[in-house]
Order: sequence, then C-alpha cells, then structure tokens
Amino acid sequence: MSKKFLSLENIEKRFPIHAKDDYIAVTDVNLEIKKNEIVSIIGHSGCGKSTLLNMISGLDAQTNGDILLENREIIGPGPERAVVFQNHSLLPWLSVYQNIEMAVKKVMPELSPQELRERVEKFISMVNLEHAKDKLPDEISGGMKQRVGIARALAIKPKVLLMDEPFGALDSLTRANLQEHLMRIQQNIQNTVIIITHDIDEAVLLSDRVIMMTNGPAATIGEVLEVNLQRPRNRVELQNNPEYIRCREAILSFLYEKFAKEDE
Amino acid sequence: MSKETLKKIALPLLVFLFIIQFWSGISKMVEDFPTPSDTYIAAFGGINVDGDEITGVLANPFYINNQDDKGIFWQIVASLKRVFAGFALAIIVGVPIGLFVGMSKNAQYALDPFIQIFKPVSPLAWLPLLLFIFQDINMTAISTIFITSIWPIIINTALGVKSVSEDYMNVAKVLRFSPLERIIQIILPVSVPYIFTGMRLSLGIAWLVIVAAEMLTGGIGIGFWIWDEYNNLNYNNIIIGIILVGLIGYLLDLIMGKIADYFDYTKKGRA
Repeated sequence: MSKKFLSLENIEKRFPIHAKDDYIAVTDVNLEIKKNEIVSIIGHSGCGKSTLLNMISGLDAQTNGDILLENREIIGPGPERAVVFQNHSLLPWLSVYQNIEMAVKKVMPELSPQELRERVEKFISMVNLEHAKDKLPDEISGGMKQRVGIARALAIKPKVLLMDEPFGALDSLTRANLQEHLMRIQQNIQNTVIIITHDIDEAVLLSDRVIMMTNGPAATIGEVLEVNLQRPRNRVELQNNPEYIRCREAILSFLYEKFAKEDE
Repeated sequence: MSKETLKKIALPLLVFLFIIQFWSGISKMVEDFPTPSDTYIAAFGGINVDGDEITGVLANPFYINNQDDKGIFWQIVASLKRVFAGFALAIIVGVPIGLFVGMSKNAQYALDPFIQIFKPVSPLAWLPLLLFIFQDINMTAISTIFITSIWPIIINTALGVKSVSEDYMNVAKVLRFSPLERIIQIILPVSVPYIFTGMRLSLGIAWLVIVAAEMLTGGIGIGFWIWDEYNNLNYNNIIIGIILVGLIGYLLDLIMGKIADYFDYTKKGRA
C-alpha cells in the first residue's frame, strides 16, 4: 500500500523581491501521495497552496527540494500531470469536442482517426456532455465548461490529476453537482488526484486525506487529516456521520483557531 | 419601414442637399469652379455649359485609345493592382515581424524604437528616395505603399500576440506543444482578429498613399488621372475623382471588415 508514488521532499519556494532578501512563500514541505489517492490541500488564501500545485505541475519551479513521480524527478510541465485550471482554460475558438481532441491528438499521436474519435467521445459522455459536444465554450455554462476541462485532463490519461480550485468560481449548487460528477468518475477510473480548495465540505467529501497549510509567508504543512469514510459517499447522509463531523471540526479548528487569518 | 430606417435614409439625404447647396455657393464665388450639374454631366454625359455633347467619364469607363489614354475603369484597376501588391507584401513581411516582436521581449526592445520612428513618416517623404532607388513607377508606388502600410500590421500583430492569456499558454505547456504548435494552435487564433484590424488600417493607408504616389510618379492610375485632369483644366473630373476615391476606399474597408469578421472566433457561433 505504501508504495512511493508521488513524493515532495523539502520543498521550498522563494520569490525574489529585493536584491538582498527573498520572499519565502512555501518552505519545508514534505508529502507522500499514494497511487489512486485523493488528497486535498486546504488553507487560507496566500498560504501558497496554488504555488505548491504549480510546482507539482511543473508550471513553476521550486527553489529547493525534489518532487518525484514514480521515483523520477519532475522537470517542467507534462501531460502525465494533467491540470484542471480554475478558469477552465478552454480554447474559445474550438468546440467542446475539438478542445478534447486537440489534447488527445497531441499526447497520443499513435491513435488512428477512429480510435481518436472513440476516445474523445468516451470522455465527453463520461461528463454527460454528448448534447453539447459541438458547442463553443462561450455557449455553455460555467459548470459545463469545467466538466469539459475535467474531461480534457482525464482523456490524456494522466498519472496525477491536479485541480486548482476547480469549482471555486461556481455557485454552490453547480459546485455540488460537479463534486458528484468527480466522485462518480473516480469510482470508474481510479486516479491519483490532488485538489486545491478553500471549501471545508468539499475537502472532506472528496478526499482520502486533507493537507492543511499554515499561513504564509513561509507556509508549510500544519496538519494532515485522514478521512475514514466509505465510498461511494453521499453528501446528505454524511451530514450526521460522526466521522464526517469529526473531520469538519478538525479542519475548522485548524483554520479558524490555530491559524486564523485577519482580514487585510 | 421603421422609424430608425427612415432616419438613416432621410438624415444623410438632408446633409447631401446641404453639401450640394454649399458646393453651388463655392462655384458662384470661385471663377471656373464646376457646379454640381456640370459635374454630373461630366460624369454621366449630356450637353455641357458650352453646348457641347459629351460622353461622361463614368458613362464610358472601359475605352482604350492608346497606352496613355484609357477609361477611368483602367485607371482604377492600375491603382488597385499597386495597392494590393504593396499591401500583400506588407502582410507577408509584417505578420512574421509582428509575431516575433510580440513573442520576444528582446525583439520588442530592439525593434520598437525604429517602428515608432518610421511609423509617422509621410509617404511623400519616402517617395523621392524610393524613386531614386528603383527608377520605375510601379516599383516606386508599390514599395511606398509597402513601407507606409506595414507598421499597423506589425503593431497590431504584436498586440494580438501579447493578448494571449497565460492560461492558454499553460495548457500548451502541459501538453508540451513545440514552439511551432504554440504559434499555430494558440497564438494565431487569438491574434487573428488583431491582425485583421492591422490589415484594415493598413489597407486604408495604402489607398491614401496611392493617390499621392501616382500624382508624383505619373503614368497611369487614379492619382495620376486626377492630376492630369487638373493640368487639362477639367476641374469637373477632379471632383469625380475625389468621389470615386472615397467610394472605393469605403468599399475596400467594408470588404476587409467582412473578411475580418469571418476569421474572428469571438464573432462565430452567435449569428
């Protein structure tokens, strides 16, 4: 079980601000993530959780420390670490189908036209968007766009799915709907997922483990919480589940008692 | 007919009547200045003020008497050919330079001062130099158009490249796009509307330049024709020339606008 899959070792990120001293955003982060585990990283804004995700995706380079995926060091971004961006980042001149097709075509050039079409359509139906596949991103709702973003990321068969506040820009009903989508997909195709979030319920509902970050500067991992809840999980039934309540309270007390943040 | 459409027709008509009145006023004050009716006859034919029967410039636009005496249609065609040659050259050279300036900070630092200095130089200033280099009417006109209409293309293309959002580039990075794939799949689609704005401005400049260039170089073309009519004391035809130049310029802009809309992804799918 504890086979090393993704590991972060002594990660530090500094941003140069003056000639002399740097701003230390994140420091001393050590984390091991198992295969097919769903982990969320939670913290107040400015705690460097997005910086951390950007370093795992390779879009940003860490100043010190190593990130290893299957014992190989991560250098730069790549499709084995697919990213679902907060603002979906669909190309607005391509249809839903073409957005996914473009990614699959690039990452799996060996597919025949037939296989390519089947793969794209499989992932479109996974997020229930068959009816919208020829629409442009501007013609569909925010929640649908994010579903396309998820389908695009999963279609390139990543080893790790990185989600940067994936539902942060959506209203709470749409967000709940997308969480259900994500849990259902995860039941079908097991994946390793890292979710950045600031939503406590989302963190508990979706994750096997919740990583809680202290406040910046020099933010680091404060506590790690195991969520021992059976899957599939049902958000309504969970409301009275003792384990769910325990997890929620643990995060609440971490965020609002131990590391409360003043409004700036 | 809606009230709005009625206004759109009636109001310009009122202004038109005012212009005709104003024009008649000028022709009363300035000796030999053609009246609106003289000009109309010169354009479409009829009996002029001297009692002579004339054909009209626009009534017989296709005649070819000899190499130096051709109808107005051929004059315009000659001008349009030069405009499109210079314009095409400006696109072929300007778009890649614009992409380069937009994508590379160093290229921007290196080229921006020169773009800013050459951009406001009048075509009339370039003309003698280019005439001296090429010693040829066509080459001079085309190169003058090229060198004055390339700037908006470079500037707008670079602007388009800079408008590519970081998010799209992140997608390209995660998918490990090569530089060429980034240009074709991300940068060009975003920049196309900007490039077309530049092309539209550029074509407008090209059409402005051609009249001036042909006046100085001579030979054939609408600009030369207007100057020639001045030398022949056919003031009617100068006014016809002005109106024609305006109408064709307007038409060119309209066509460019339609083409631009066609390639603009933000205007697709919401007809």
